[in-house]
Amino acid sequence: MDVDAVLLSRIQFAFTVTFHIIFPSFSIGLAAFIATLLVRWRLTGEERFNRLARFWTKIFAVSFAMGVVSGIVLSYQFGTNWSRFSEVSGNVIGPLIGYETLTAFFLEATFLGILLFGWNRVSPNLHVTAAVLVAVGTSISAFWILAANSWMQTPAGHEMIDGVAHPVSWMQIIFNPSFPYRFAHMFTAAYLTTSLVVLSVGARYLMANRFHEDAKTMIRMGLGMVAILAPLQLVIGDAHGLNTAEHQPAKIAAMEAHWDGSKPGGLVLFGWPDAAAETNHYEIAIPNVASFIITHDFNGLFKGLKDFKPEDRPPVMAVFLAFRVMVGIGLTMIAIGAIGAFLWFRGRLFDAGWYLKPVVYAWPLGFIAIVAGWWVTEIGRQPYLVYGILRTKDAVSPVAFGAVATSLAMFVAVYAVVFSMGILYIKRLIDKGPAGKAAEAPDALPSRPLSAAQGATRESLAAKPIGAGE
Amino acid sequence: MDDIAYWLPLVWASILAVAVTLYVILDGFGLGLGILFPFAPEEERRDVMMNTVAPFWDGNQTWLIMGGGGLFVAFPKAYGIIMSGLYLPIIVMLLALVFRGVAFEFRWVSKPNHQWWDRAFSWGAIVATFSQGLVLGGLLQGITVRDGTFAGGPFDWLTPFSVFCGVGLLGGYALLGTTWLIFKTDGALEEWARDKAKLALLVVLVSTVAVCLWTPFSVPRIADRWFSWPNMLWLSPVPLLTGLAGLACWRGLESNAQSQPFICTIALFLLGLIGLVISNVPYLVPDTLTVWQAAAPPSSQMFMLVGTLILLPIILGYTAFVYWTFRGKVRAGEGYH
Repeated sequence: MDVDAVLLSRIQFAFTVTFHIIFPSFSIGLAAFIATLLVRWRLTGEERFNRLARFWTKIFAVSFAMGVVSGIVLSYQFGTNWSRFSEVSGNVIGPLIGYETLTAFFLEATFLGILLFGWNRVSPNLHVTAAVLVAVGTSISAFWILAANSWMQTPAGHEMIDGVAHPVSWMQIIFNPSFPYRFAHMFTAAYLTTSLVVLSVGARYLMANRFHEDAKTMIRMGLGMVAILAPLQLVIGDAHGLNTAEHQPAKIAAMEAHWDGSKPGGLVLFGWPDAAAETNHYEIAIPNVASFIITHDFNGLFKGLKDFKPEDRPPVMAVFLAFRVMVGIGLTMIAIGAIGAFLWFRGRLFDAGWYLKPVVYAWPLGFIAIVAGWWVTEIGRQPYLVYGILRTKDAVSPVAFGAVATSLAMFVAVYAVVFSMGILYIKRLIDKGPAGKAAEAPDALPSRPLSAAQGATRESLAAKPIGAGE
Repeated sequence: MDDIAYWLPLVWASILAVAVTLYVILDGFGLGLGILFPFAPEEERRDVMMNTVAPFWDGNQTWLIMGGGGLFVAFPKAYGIIMSGLYLPIIVMLLALVFRGVAFEFRWVSKPNHQWWDRAFSWGAIVATFSQGLVLGGLLQGITVRDGTFAGGPFDWLTPFSVFCGVGLLGGYALLGTTWLIFKTDGALEEWARDKAKLALLVVLVSTVAVCLWTPFSVPRIADRWFSWPNMLWLSPVPLLTGLAGLACWRGLESNAQSQPFICTIALFLLGLIGLVISNVPYLVPDTLTVWQAAAPPSSQMFMLVGTLILLPIILGYTAFVYWTFRGKVRAGEGYH
């Protein structure tokens, strides 16, 4: 492919969305985790829950800020780089994004202020409510953005008039055929990713002999979620795959690197797909297993890539590899959950160094799996931007090559600096831990004098001087 | 149906105008603080300045998404044309906002080595503001459109007029920032802000007069609107009120008034935006696309309108609640150690 403005715009969108998705998927799970901690604190009165909530809120603030700023970029890129897409599908996609802004962005952004800075300024119950509202906001946001994305994968509920999509049924548009599966899959992925990070951080403290009580709480909560969600994700993923096989057979063929649809497909464990030769080199495959996975029948047939014209096929290599990365990580997580649950059941979890030590390094797995999964679904939709309606090459803005090249270079430079610093700061916050002194700076905000009724407990908890008043 | 197709785009244009106005005023004072940073090198002072806006900035900035998103929802054609026509200033603005936004959190966690994030906050704000001025200027001059899509060059927006708009907006946000500080701080910082606010107010008044003369003389359509009889009579309150607001702002700065300068500055911005609307009605992309030509079909606009009319008051309600929660003066050294 020649390097043209279309390719550069694709790279730019892929780059910015890949960076972006890391932060909201972390925030979705983390907001729910913080809300859970605060609710448990209110119910039990145990200080460790409050301490952990404060600790993770600091990390949440840094991650959320990166999600916000990288997200605004995306909402404008639909127009700057994909203006034909905006025109063709704006009547349908626009309101979905609009509802995301109205129902989610304002909610989370506004109550974040109270969550971060309201510790001493509002009543504990109101503060917990703010945390819950932030968590609800992040979830609603995921609902709308996945509805929009799913419509691009499996468009429904619209009619085409003069090449432009017009809405007919909003219920069908929102609950389009792939939406329930994609939403369940992504939402579970977000919770799973965050749970693994929590488990990992807990394991790290325990192995380093720090913050014993907090570390155990984190390990229990994180592991409990991983042990339940990882196997559940396999079931959801399987259902999502069946749905994709029905609506986007070319994507499935690319995921399995399946060329000949007239024979049952083998599960390719290793191979090097060659789009020009229409075959896999060095293939090691288990016969008929791909057929079983996709049709739940060992002799079932599903379409191969050769059933599609070359110009209608997605780039097979990227989809094939990314899919294997995602599934490989998914299976690893199931193992982490199952082994951990077994050790917990036997009462040996906190002494099992051989298990906890590697778990310390497992924290990035969820993020890698999410990015890989997105690559599968987005690259697998190619050559279409809106499946069956609008090809990617027809969707681009009439912007000069040089302008896109410049903006792409700026995005790479800025994101490299800003987001590596952000990740470094998160690492530092984790290094310091729940009792870290410097970690207290972020909620350094005007707060009114603690009233006598609020008592000494909260004052010592706040561990900081009494705030400014009005 | 014809009726709906007539008034729905007008309703949506009004909603967009509200979103843009709220963005400009709310994020305006936040960006203004960044513009003031180079003149306030003391760390303690900068801490207080950032604290006055830290609980609100994220919500404030969301109005920018509402503005862009609303344009996408209600006027997808205009969205595509404006975003691709003003590609570079918009991208630069977004990148500058990346620096500005993360600085709110990064500055605290990187202390005591936060100097780079001070710069990121400040230059992010300055570049974002200047780019917004360029976007405004570029839009007012008009965008080259052929067959319903952008057909100009990548630097069409770069003219003395758009650069002037950028400089004017820097002055405007600086005025919002200083008067916000007068409202939210006390002591030496408040005095300092009063002093700087006078300079900013002069810049704003001079550039307002310049833009008011420049646009009609370069765009006959706008001259027609303002200087033909009887329009001149009906529209005369706009410049008169602007003058009064400017005067009241100055007197508020001279006296010890706490909120008057900020309120008057908001009035100045509102009048400026009203002036822009009067100059350009019914164009969304001046000279090319009217609100009706750019409108999404009524089914899309209606679906979104129902939700907006229900949700917008709720959003405004909880926004007000958060401002109320963090009311009062912010002082140095009391919030954190």
